[in-house]
Amino acid sequence: MSRTAERTATGEEQRRDAGESERQERPGQRRRRRRRSLILYGTATLLALWVLIPVYLITIFAFTTRNEVYEYPHAFFPKNLSLDTMTFFTTFAGVLPALGRSVAVAFLTLVVTLAIGAPAGYALARFIFPGRNVYRLVVLSTRAFPIVILSIPLAVTFLSIGLNDTIWAVASVHTALALPFAVLITSSVFVGVPGELEEAALVYGCTPFQAFRKIVLPMALPGLAAAAVFTFVVSWNEVFAATILTVQSPTLPALVLSNLTASPLPFRFAAGWFLLAPSLVFIFFVRKRLLGLWGAQ
Amino acid sequence: MRGARSKWAPYALLVPSLLWLLLFFAYPMVQAFQLAFQGFGGGWSLEPVRTMLSDALFVEALLTTLGLLALIIPLQFVLAMAMAMVVNDKALRGRTIWLYIYALPLAISELAAGLVWFSIFTDNGWLNSFLNAFGVDGVVWLDYEKPFVLVLALVLAEAWRATAIIMVILVAGLQSIPDDLIEAADVYGAGWWQRFRHVTLPLLRPSIRVALILRTVLAFQVFAIVITLAGRGLTVLSAESYRWYAVYQEENVAAAYAALILVLSLVAAGFFFAIVPVKEEQQPQ
Repeated sequence: MSRTAERTATGEEQRRDAGESERQERPGQRRRRRRRSLILYGTATLLALWVLIPVYLITIFAFTTRNEVYEYPHAFFPKNLSLDTMTFFTTFAGVLPALGRSVAVAFLTLVVTLAIGAPAGYALARFIFPGRNVYRLVVLSTRAFPIVILSIPLAVTFLSIGLNDTIWAVASVHTALALPFAVLITSSVFVGVPGELEEAALVYGCTPFQAFRKIVLPMALPGLAAAAVFTFVVSWNEVFAATILTVQSPTLPALVLSNLTASPLPFRFAAGWFLLAPSLVFIFFVRKRLLGLWGAQ
Repeated sequence: MRGARSKWAPYALLVPSLLWLLLFFAYPMVQAFQLAFQGFGGGWSLEPVRTMLSDALFVEALLTTLGLLALIIPLQFVLAMAMAMVVNDKALRGRTIWLYIYALPLAISELAAGLVWFSIFTDNGWLNSFLNAFGVDGVVWLDYEKPFVLVLALVLAEAWRATAIIMVILVAGLQSIPDDLIEAADVYGAGWWQRFRHVTLPLLRPSIRVALILRTVLAFQVFAIVITLAGRGLTVLSAESYRWYAVYQEENVAAAYAALILVLSLVAAGFFFAIVPVKEEQQPQ
């Protein structure tokens, strides 16, 4: 039987069986579907293991004793769980102040980025005006720009005005880095809030500001929170600018990087886990908006 | 809302962000080129650029950066495409959970990823522990005399960390493809590969272009992951920029490296813009 004929036959059979349940399908078809399902779940599992296994490995290194870190070969299931390695890292000279600076820089970045990025996002979402596309293009092209090129000249400038080695310097560069993303993300958040509601509020006598505060803001809040998390992550992770712009008062990634070659293994592993763990939490918080945040175009 | 007052409203809302971008984006960019073409005594000069070009590590840094890029990006696209196709498959249960798992590295920094893979490749690390069970012992992987192994470690670490960003862009693109197009191809007898090659892939072009440009520009700045995994065994352009700034305190040469990274990024972006054609109606607004 030729392939075409076979397909026709199957089609007729399906039509005849339309009223019956799916269990009635032919064995060949069932086998094919089972094989397809096996490939699908097999691929899905392999890809998931590729992502998860390294996370697991650094985690068990970070939560064991320092002695076990030096033991070889390592047990893939840890013998004793302990905070020893982690405590060694957090009590390492300079780690806690650096952590404080990292959090402060990230918060500063978040506040400034949203304060100037969200209005721009709102303007893109709500108004059609001459120059809109030009502005969009500027934002789209700046989001991919190398932080390296900004850091060196800015370091020179900050040095000349006495702002070098401060959290303000680092936060202002991080803001420049996160701003284009924040504009695009908040713009798509505001597009999601129906403009009719806002206009209705205006008709009923609200001022534009009241309409924004009472109608738009509550509806946009979850999206804006996700944008805030995104901005925080950008700053928390950034290391090049932070390393260039600080000397005596580094952020956590800058401190870890500059201590790298001199530090013992437990320090490096614990640092790896410590820098990685918040990212996993962040992703969990914004898991429903991943496409809108990182896929924003 | 759209009265006389609103004519100026959008501009007023845009001004703060524009000022910030002018101050912290446009100005430093111009300044970088100024520094790169400034003599050590001031005034215009090719001195910094010449110092960069004649530096013993310049060629190595350039070739390593380009080589890493050429190896990492195709691998990441294959992995990201596989993840995106799996996550977008209607037959898969719990698709949001799978997407979450694949997206985990999205927020992981280069530095953290470098340390994770360092724990795998270091002398007493996980890879050697694993091989130990098969009687292979004590291989020194991260050895500056084995640049190829160092490159391989970097490729794996970067593929692990930065595939997620491509995957997310591709998934967003896949979701915008109407189901009936794929179903139509199915009805007309197209197999899985034909559907993928002739329907999905062409419609995915806008996303592929965005992902390519974004990923390439980021790959030109690869920094912390090289320092953590390869130490001084390998060098890249941004690491040289850092070294000239922090160690030699020659900001002009550091700026020359930075300017080179910018030029290369622009060339690469233009290149992908040209070779991945997108039809007018496919342009995102």
